[in-house]
Amino acid sequence: MQKIGVFVCHCGTNIAGTVDVKAVAEALSHEPGVVFAADYPYMCSESGQNLIKDAIREHGLTGVVICSCSPRMHETTFRKAAASAGLNSYMVEIANIREQCSWIHKDMKTATEKAVILGRAAIAKVALNTPLTASETPVTKRALVIGGGIAGIQTALDIADAGFEVDIVEKEPTIGGKMAQIDKTFPTLDCAACILTPKMVDCAQNEKIHIYAYSEVESVKGFVGNFTVGIKKKARYVDETKCTGCGLCTEKCPMKKTPNLFNLGLDTRSAIYIPFAQAVPKVATIDADYCNMLKNGRCGVCSKVCTAGAIDYHQQDEHIEEKYGAIVVATGFNPIKLDNFDEYAYAQSPDVVTSLELERLMNAAGPNGGTLLRPSDKTHPHTIVFVQCVGSRDTSGCGKPYCSKICCMYTAKHAMLIRDKYPDTEVYVFYIDVRTPGKNFDEFYRRAVEEYGVHYIKGMVGKVMPQKNGKLLVRASDLLAGEQLKIEADMVVLAAAIEPDKTARSLATMLTASMDTNDFFTEAHPKLRPVESPTAGIFLSGVCQGPKDIPETVAQASAAAAKVIGLLVKDKLKSNPCIAHANETLCNGCSSCERVCPYGAITYVDKEFRMPDRTTKIRRVASVNAAVCQGCGACTVACPSGAMDLSGFSNQQIMAEVDAICR
Amino acid sequence: MLTNREKEQILISSGVDVRKCMRCGKCTGTCPAYDEMEYHPHEFVYMVEKGEIEKLMNSSSIYKCLTCFACVERCPRGVEPAKIIEAVRLAVIRKQGNNHIKAEDIPCMAEDDDTPGQLVVSAFRKYKK
Repeated sequence: MQKIGVFVCHCGTNIAGTVDVKAVAEALSHEPGVVFAADYPYMCSESGQNLIKDAIREHGLTGVVICSCSPRMHETTFRKAAASAGLNSYMVEIANIREQCSWIHKDMKTATEKAVILGRAAIAKVALNTPLTASETPVTKRALVIGGGIAGIQTALDIADAGFEVDIVEKEPTIGGKMAQIDKTFPTLDCAACILTPKMVDCAQNEKIHIYAYSEVESVKGFVGNFTVGIKKKARYVDETKCTGCGLCTEKCPMKKTPNLFNLGLDTRSAIYIPFAQAVPKVATIDADYCNMLKNGRCGVCSKVCTAGAIDYHQQDEHIEEKYGAIVVATGFNPIKLDNFDEYAYAQSPDVVTSLELERLMNAAGPNGGTLLRPSDKTHPHTIVFVQCVGSRDTSGCGKPYCSKICCMYTAKHAMLIRDKYPDTEVYVFYIDVRTPGKNFDEFYRRAVEEYGVHYIKGMVGKVMPQKNGKLLVRASDLLAGEQLKIEADMVVLAAAIEPDKTARSLATMLTASMDTNDFFTEAHPKLRPVESPTAGIFLSGVCQGPKDIPETVAQASAAAAKVIGLLVKDKLKSNPCIAHANETLCNGCSSCERVCPYGAITYVDKEFRMPDRTTKIRRVASVNAAVCQGCGACTVACPSGAMDLSGFSNQQIMAEVDAICR
Repeated sequence: MLTNREKEQILISSGVDVRKCMRCGKCTGTCPAYDEMEYHPHEFVYMVEKGEIEKLMNSSSIYKCLTCFACVERCPRGVEPAKIIEAVRLAVIRKQGNNHIKAEDIPCMAEDDDTPGQLVVSAFRKYKK
């Protein structure tokens, strides 16, 4: 005999404002099996929970239905409360009468009617619930960090510091990411390399950290605590274990006309290269697109000069598989391509550069050894125009709808550095809004204006026209003065919007981690769980989650590390008992379920069955690996004979809910 | 802001949502007819938003717009100022009950070497009916 208790929550006025909670409790008290029904202002409060516990003990309840907010909010709260009163926690059902009812309806009558129906469905379901017990799975005490920029580096260092093994997979030949390309950092103007490279060295020296540089993640299987990840180590054509990073090969290589990607193509390097002096690992890599030996078998100079015998022209991509308990995504960003912005003449004039290119032009390891020169004729620029929001806050479809967040500050930095080093250079910054929230940020921007005399102009550049005399005619609006300006500039610097790295989308698919429309990874909760993906065991670090500057990235990286450590210290994880199982007598061995299972949890086994005529027969039937099944239910839908069923969400329970709604 | 019949008319006939404007001034920064105008593309958008249609209708600026669509092409928010200006021109025409330029006059204009080709093309586009 079922004894079901129903508890209707007011949630202050969140529910009670549109739903007549007393009427709902009253209506549901007449449902079959219901022996107790009550309403209460806040069911999640301690006294609310006590109401549930007391009712379970007093009435000997066998099932509990709570009409309240989404189970994503308080299902755990109520399950724990029920368990503490001696009821199996899976005998609790939640009817969501807030997000799916009171918040979306305005009319009290309709909302109340719907709340009763939702409650009725939950009662019908709970009557068929069976007690379930969570099993436990072991945790692989090793973490994977995808991306070796400052975000990935900081996360890896913090995880290793707590004593756990951590691997970094970086697609470039060295870790360091975008920060390694930056000249100075705001708002303190300290050299980026000086603060980044010690951390890179720490990674290389830390026994707990293993760096897979020039590698990519190929496949991800498994679930929280038990991921199996396939990693492709791309062929460098150099044996990492032998190369000493002496750089002799890079000096002797005759292919000196290879675009230097680290300097964004602003100068050239050799076909065999080490991206920059402080690269980690400091190992040479051959660019197969430019190497003569790899292209047509003629050359071999690097192999002859290498004293370590590290050059291996026959090296192949290597595929490895590793097990991890947690995965951190730190895939970072790139500036957008400027193909949609012809008006700024970026493709027409080498003197129109992006801000990241300017970083390289001003860097001591850059193409001009740290002296700012016009790329076209290597002369000193006297007038420089900065254009903000190039492709940011753009809903026309040419750019990105969001604010890239970092441009206001780095443009102020660039303007200030130029005025400091070259006081004879006039600097104009065209802005729509100057956004400088952050510690010492607005002060920094004001210093650029007040101390360094940077001309900030409210308005936008409409067109940049390269002139015959080599100058750039900039046409722009000055909205405060109400005039159209025409400035003859030597250089134009575009603050291009930033976008998530292109590899992020395919990675998200492998990880089953969700993304927003801009390809930024979605967090489990925008306010309360900002470094976790909704997919258990996947964590987010840095710009892959949304635009942010270095201090914010480092803070988030450490936060992600803390979450990973919290997971890895556990020896076992309680797994979800709501998993699939096969009714072997119904299973016809068709393999439909095996094909749709995204986790690879279903295998087929040959089993002996007794037939009605007392003979035995071997039949092929589905078998679910309970540790791997995540309870998604895809197999139950795919099964043509109805043999697959999900504990806690059985076909019978779901049909009972539908019946109750249609009653 | 009070409902303004003229403003509503401009919004309907142009199909432009002036509230999308984020006041960056790129339209005005790019306008080749800037020096000829009393009110400039961003002001058109702002004045329509404020409902100051009468001022625009009486300004010669509406005839200085070449309809080159540079502002439409480059607006980061897809506001389309040229369509607003066109709508104001239409409003003037409707009040006067006749066209500012007659379709028959257009071929003669094309004979003048100083006439920008863009203007002739735009004129055909506007007055072909």
